Order: sequence, then structure tokens, then C-alpha cells
Amino acid sequence: MEEILKILQVSELNDYIKGLVERDPVLQDLWVEGEVSNLSQSVAGHLYFTLKDSGGQIRCVLFRSSLLRQSFLPKDGDSVIVHGRVGIYGAQGLYQLYVDLVQPQGVGFLHLQFEALKARLEEEGLFDQARKRLIPPFPQRIALVTSPVGAALQDILNIIKRRYPLVEVIVAPALVQGSEASESIASAMRTVSMVEGVDLLILARGGGSLEELWPFNEEVVARSIFASRIPVITGVGHETDVTIADLVADLRAPTPSAAAELAVPDRSECLARLDSWQAEMESRVEKTTASCRHRLAIQGEGLDRLSPARTIERWRGQIRNMIDSCSRLIHWRIQIEKSVFEGVISRLDALSPKAVLERGFSICRLLPGGEIVRSTRQVLSRDKIEVQVSDGVFRGTVW
Amino acid sequence: MENLSFEEAFRQLEETVQALEQGGLDLEEMLRLYERGIKLYKICSEHLEAAELRVKQLSLSLEGNVTLEPVPPEPQESGQ
Repeated sequence: MEEILKILQVSELNDYIKGLVERDPVLQDLWVEGEVSNLSQSVAGHLYFTLKDSGGQIRCVLFRSSLLRQSFLPKDGDSVIVHGRVGIYGAQGLYQLYVDLVQPQGVGFLHLQFEALKARLEEEGLFDQARKRLIPPFPQRIALVTSPVGAALQDILNIIKRRYPLVEVIVAPALVQGSEASESIASAMRTVSMVEGVDLLILARGGGSLEELWPFNEEVVARSIFASRIPVITGVGHETDVTIADLVADLRAPTPSAAAELAVPDRSECLARLDSWQAEMESRVEKTTASCRHRLAIQGEGLDRLSPARTIERWRGQIRNMIDSCSRLIHWRIQIEKSVFEGVISRLDALSPKAVLERGFSICRLLPGGEIVRSTRQVLSRDKIEVQVSDGVFRGTVW
Repeated sequence: MENLSFEEAFRQLEETVQALEQGGLDLEEMLRLYERGIKLYKICSEHLEAAELRVKQLSLSLEGNVTLEPVPPEPQESGQ
């Protein structure tokens, strides 16, 4: 039987090809290598270039959103590996490669996978800083997901024991290398989530090669960490190893030992802080009681000054002073009077006949009457007279 | 008060010290806060000094039961 000749429109043809391409899983997830040429950037920021080798070429476009995530920027002549999908641009009858990742050739395949997953998870927001939780300053129960036989476990336990033995550590053993490790880690983290009271999780593994650390770059582990209710600290490999798990974690430590140090406070620092607080409290209280004592003393002095005893004492003092003044006055007055009196006495004395008598004069008295003889006319011969001299009297008869 | 966790006691002590530092308290309040502070200090010190690290191992049975088994402490290293 003859088939009717089917005649297609151009657009129908293009749609058919588009359908074929979009349904093909290989074409939708490709890694391609080649050399970059005809590189240009559109006004919108998209990167257009041709990828070629000796046998052919293909047009590529790297959209701005993917370009922004690139740490490597291709130039003309670079040998690269790209990841992307084939698409049909029907309006112009072209097919091109929609690239989401460009890496220089020579980089290992593992590295390519790493970059691809990293880009994808970053886009989904697994690495967002805003979503990262704070590590509790004084954890009470720490879960430790690590190999039960590695050195990392002992290192971490020793450090926690030294720094902060208050905490309880729960070891959730897991495989940390090999193809089963990522599922083992995810399972251990799930089991941890069933335990009550865990406030921090440490995911740790000692140093190793990229292959050995690979489980920590797998999507399963990354999603496990992202889904964890509890904050996660990762301590994987050496200082320079950064795994995808580190990027998703709430806090990345460069090594397992560093993770232990970040997880718990240091006991001796706490004790030092406690001691300084105690000293501070004591000094405050001492200052205040000293100032209170001082104020009390001042009040005491004030009270003292006002006290009845003091008042009485003061009055007594005043009275004593007054008495002293009085006695002095009296004494002085007496002195004055005495000297006045003595003055009078000596004047009197000066006027007394005694001095005259002592000078040689005598008082003559006519007896028996005792009249003082002042004149010769007062006496006749044979009159009896009494003569008073300085030290006594004697009698006589007038001649 | 004696049942306070280390963290809670530590936090309360910090608040107490801050309150004392701010001042403006009468003597009785101050002495009361000081007493409280010393109690909290003792609780914190005891937690820190008496603590011995407890380590437990987690296992998940086939039925999905989670168990925690204590892990005996490592023998003390000499000279630590």
C-alpha cells in the first residue's frame, strides 16, 4: 500500500525536531568539550559563543543568571568543558547548546560534578546566609555524626572533655567514605533527629583525598543538613578542603578539632568571667557600704553635736567660763579695792601722828584732863603732863 | 534555685552583675542582689568543676527504636 506523501510546513518540521530533541535524555543533560570562539556578550548580559573542534562546531548561549555564578570566565581560544542541553531555535532554524556551566578542560570530572551540584544547590538557596542558625552558646546535648573508629572522634571528645565537660555527647556512628557513606550519614542524622534535647550537631571526618571526602559533596548529605532542625557544624578534612556540606552547614570549621572548639565554650574562660563578676560585685558592695558607713558617720557626728549630753557639756563649759570670768572679775575688783584701800591706808598712815612722833615730835597732854598742849600758855609750873612719843608715853612735871 | 542549668545560672548572674553596676539601689536591695549573685556564682562554679563528660552511643534497631548506650570514659591520660 502506498503511503500518502506527507508534506510538512517548515514550522511543523521545526516543531517535530524540537520534540525529538526535548524528549531525548542524552541531549537534555550533556557534557561537551571544545574550543571557544566568537565570544560576545549581549546588552542583556547573556554570553554567546561557538564551541568547536576539528570536525565541527555548535552555537552556545550562557544566560546571565548562570554567568553570574561562574568563577571561571571563558575567552576566545580557551579549551573548555560545558554542561547544558540542546535546544531548537525554530524561528531561525538553528539548534544551539544552552549552557549552564563552563569549566576549563583539564579539570577532573569530580571537580566538574562538584561545580555543577554547587551551582544548582546555590540557586535553590541551600547556601543562603540568612537561613543559617546561630550556634547555641551553652549546648546541653551535642550529637556527633562521624566514624566510630576514626581519629576525628577521639580528637573531638578530648577537646570537649577539656573545655566543657558539662555537655552530654551522643555519638551517632556513620560511614564517612565510600559509596554507602552519604546514605549512612543521612540515616545517622535522621536518627539523631529522633532524640530529644539535642541542641547541636557536629558532622566530622578527618583529612583525606577528594575521593575520600566525596560523600560530603553529595546531594543526599547536603539535603540532610539543610533539613536538620538542629544547627549543624561541619569539620571535614583539612583547612583547605571545602565541601558542599560545609557550604550548607550553619557553621563551617576547618577541621574536626576546630569544630569541637567552636561547638562549646571554654571552661577556664567561663571561670575567669565568673571570678571577674564576683570581684565586680564585691567591689560594688564594698564601695556602697563604705560610702554608707561614711554617710552614717557624718550623720552620727551631726547627731552627736545635737545630743543632750553634748548640749549639757557645752552649757557646762559655758558656765565654767562664766564662773571663771566672774571669779577673775571679782578677784580683779578685789585687787583694785585692796590697792585703793592700801593707798588710803598709806595716806592715812602718812597722816598719822606715829610718823610725826617717829620724826621726834611728841604729843604733850595736860593731866588730868588730857588736853593736848599746843602752847606754853596752857601750862604752869608744877603741872603734870603726859608726853606721848613714838613708842609709848611717859609722865612728867613742868619745871 | 539549685536546679538551674549552667546556662541559666550564668545568664542570671550576668544580669545580677549588670544591675549592681547600674547602681541607684538602696543598701538593702544591693545586699540582696549581692547574696543572690554569690549563690549563682557558686552554682556555676559547681557545674563547671564537678562535670565529667558523658558520652553515649546512638543506635537504631531494626524495628526503628532509638537507643542510647553510655560509653565508658577513656582511661585518664597521665599528666593531664
